[in-house]
Amino acid sequence: MNWLNPAWVGRVVLAELVVIGMAARLLLRLLALIPAALRRFSLVVEQIFFVGNRSLSIITVSGLFVGFVLALQGYYTLQRYGSAEAVGLLVALSLVRELGPVVSALLFAGRAGTSLTAEIGLMKAGEQLDAMEMMAVDPVQRVLAPRFVAGLVSMPLLAGVFSAVGVIGGWLVAVPLIGIDGGAFWSQMQGGVSWWSDVGNGVVKSVVFGVTVTFVSLWQGYTCKPTPEGVSQATTRTVVVSSLAVLALDFVLTAMMFSV
Amino acid sequence: MQKSRHDVWVGLFVMAGAAAVLFLALKAGNLLSISFDDTYSVDARFDNIGGLKPRAAVKSAGVVVGRVESITFDDKTFQANVAMQLQQRFAFPKDSSAKILTAGLLGEQYIGIEPGGDEKNLAPGSVITQTQSAVVLENLISQFLYNKASEGGAAPGADAKGEK
Repeated sequence: MNWLNPAWVGRVVLAELVVIGMAARLLLRLLALIPAALRRFSLVVEQIFFVGNRSLSIITVSGLFVGFVLALQGYYTLQRYGSAEAVGLLVALSLVRELGPVVSALLFAGRAGTSLTAEIGLMKAGEQLDAMEMMAVDPVQRVLAPRFVAGLVSMPLLAGVFSAVGVIGGWLVAVPLIGIDGGAFWSQMQGGVSWWSDVGNGVVKSVVFGVTVTFVSLWQGYTCKPTPEGVSQATTRTVVVSSLAVLALDFVLTAMMFSV
Repeated sequence: MQKSRHDVWVGLFVMAGAAAVLFLALKAGNLLSISFDDTYSVDARFDNIGGLKPRAAVKSAGVVVGRVESITFDDKTFQANVAMQLQQRFAFPKDSSAKILTAGLLGEQYIGIEPGGDEKNLAPGSVITQTQSAVVLENLISQFLYNKASEGGAAPGADAKGEK
């Protein structure tokens, strides 16, 4: 009956509050270090290559198939109401507003977030971070900040690629395969998708998700137990925490952006 | 600055991402349709706008000639005041009329402008007075039923033409 013991409850709450406070402090430091990281641009470029370019294949293939499936599923429902042409609008709106940012953030967490956590966790386990501090090099500035900026830059680009490839995938299924009129496909889409309130808000969403996923990955790596088990647990936690955070934030952002 | 062997690929990635967002904005979001042509503002008063929304198209003979700028309610006349931006290169006679029409059975509503015969054209800021409101299904049905009832036992077919 641990949870009935007030002392235990108090200890747990205090420990959690300390974690939240430290995490918030690290996030603020990383945000403040963005200009400093941009001054050593080659480090950021190196990280964008690992975080962004290497994720491009999984993002492109997933986007294509999500577009395929959206077009097929949308067609089956819409053709009952005689408005199969609206499938273009359906594919574009669901990709640009929701699936593009969210699915690519989830894939990003699995593909890039885990490797960030494992890399930093192993640096910590190998006492490389401690060695840096001994040499008066700040590991937050030298190791974490370039990775943070790289995640921040890569995520919107990846989400954009995901949505664009998905729209093309939807077109491939709807127009050549099912035989919907191509002109109606595009004109319905262009009539219903607003470049600012849909495309722009999708980009805003993906920037927020980029901050979230990258920060969670870095935080888990930076605070993991410096043991093999500790690193493996931190990697698992990265996926779980960042996926949940992305889904929860998506609800909040959608409620704020699109409920007018 | 030190060059890295990844520079080219990172540059390519950034370009691909930017191109994707641009593609979405242009092809899906139709950014190109936002015209930077000069426009002039014309108001129209409607008894009922139905489901008309800001940014809806203003068409004449089926061709888009402008956009709805804003819709406000006037509590003096209890009418809706629709401000439209018409493209400068299209001029309409002063006595043109505006209708709220629907694209397709369940489509979006838009404003159709029927040109009149006046020699003077609509000036910026002028008001179109001859308007036809949106068709509200409930009103149509109740009108039909009312006609039916008032006709009593009259032959069907003679009733529908009674009211326009």
